[in-house]
Amino acid sequence: MAKTYFTEDHEWLRVEGGVATVGITDYAQEQLGDLVFVELPEIGRKLAKGDTAVVVESVKAASDVYAPVDGEITEANASLSADPSLVNSAATGDGWLWKMKLADEGQLDSLMDEAAYKAHIG
Amino acid sequence: MTGEDTRHLPLEDLHQAAAARFGAFAGWSMPLTYSPGVMKEHLHTREHAGLFDISHMKLFEVSGSSTAALLDRACPLDAGAPEISQSKYTFFLNEAAGIIDDLIVTRLGDDRFMVVANAGNAVEDEKHLRALAADFDAKIEPLDRVFLAIQGPEAWAALSRAGIETGSLLFMHGIEPRQNWFMSRSGYTGEDGFEIGLPEKDARDLVATLLGDERVQWIGLAARDSLRLEAGLCLHGQDLTPEIDPASAGLMWAIPREVRATGHFIGADALRSIIERGPSQKRVGLKPDGRQPVRAGAALLDAGGNPAGHVTSGGFGPSTGHPVAMGYVNTALAKGGTKLFADVRGAKIPVDVASLPFTPHRYRKG
Repeated sequence: MAKTYFTEDHEWLRVEGGVATVGITDYAQEQLGDLVFVELPEIGRKLAKGDTAVVVESVKAASDVYAPVDGEITEANASLSADPSLVNSAATGDGWLWKMKLADEGQLDSLMDEAAYKAHIG
Repeated sequence: MTGEDTRHLPLEDLHQAAAARFGAFAGWSMPLTYSPGVMKEHLHTREHAGLFDISHMKLFEVSGSSTAALLDRACPLDAGAPEISQSKYTFFLNEAAGIIDDLIVTRLGDDRFMVVANAGNAVEDEKHLRALAADFDAKIEPLDRVFLAIQGPEAWAALSRAGIETGSLLFMHGIEPRQNWFMSRSGYTGEDGFEIGLPEKDARDLVATLLGDERVQWIGLAARDSLRLEAGLCLHGQDLTPEIDPASAGLMWAIPREVRATGHFIGADALRSIIERGPSQKRVGLKPDGRQPVRAGAALLDAGGNPAGHVTSGGFGPSTGHPVAMGYVNTALAKGGTKLFADVRGAKIPVDVASLPFTPHRYRKG
């Protein structure tokens, strides 16, 4: 069964079978405003926790989205090339950013669950 | 995020009530967006009427028998030439003809003018003008006003419903319709619209009336920026700086021919020699290929990979539906259609030199 984790940088990870689907939270998309471009990662790229995985661009500014854990990119959400606003309208659903194969599932233990994240954003 | 020196708008409570998201700009805490978000706010302004709080900008009334002479010294202007109620876009220049600030000067009477200055430069502007005024009979009075802009094709109709008739007022004209009010048909969106300086109490009444009209919405600074960029209008501090002269900026249309030739404004000699040898860089519009925005600070390269200039403003144009930018390029590369590349995080994004504005101006000139 999939389990969802959250980071202090306002990302969510849905983990199933050693693969995490990663996106930004609804709170984050609200802060960023209307997205107009998402710079997607290359498949096969190896990321260490804290590396910039994706750059999301709003009308006003570009913002980095960091790898929340170590791993390797297995898929990027290609539908965002045509419609980046999916991140605004469905941040935790169709607006997911990338999938990554986890290098160390133990790293998930340091992330928050939904209740802790809700407390984090107040 | 905001320090103790941050200044707050007199109507801040109204913006809070409208669920504005605030951010720092030029020392002020400004509403950046409201709940519709920058995209919808931008489009609403182009289709209906947007209400902007621009009280961070400063109004100065300058009066006295030699006010026109003072302004002719401070600006590349023939201040005595405009008829009463006419406005002129102009600058304070330094001795090197660099732009200290860009301004709108409106003639209110024979010896009375209104000067509208940018927020970030207001203190510097006042100091500059006061120092020059020592040699002239001219009084400089910074006005304590709320300053509102209402912009868009339905702005005039919304004002009319609010009891303010604008029919006889044309683009780049300003009047004093009520006591301590200053209203001009002007703005920074490329749309027809008005800017109104007025006392806070009157402003609260006017805002309440205007927002009762479904055509009118608050619009934040983020959309103000995307609107002015699509309209090809310069933001001082980005597209204009004290290191940039009006010839390089493509703003010579603001300087009358006789003033260029014989005016005694500060920076006149420097500007004449720049015009004579031709500016080495010119401001241009830039249209990036694809959807990725190219933003201020990005380096521009020519087809051979040589430095060609840099981007001074850039973002996404909600009305154009593609990224828009402007910047400075070597004069030889300033021709429309020239292919350049912008360095965005190491990637080379193709950009075309494009004519400005990106969206046509819809001013009411007559």
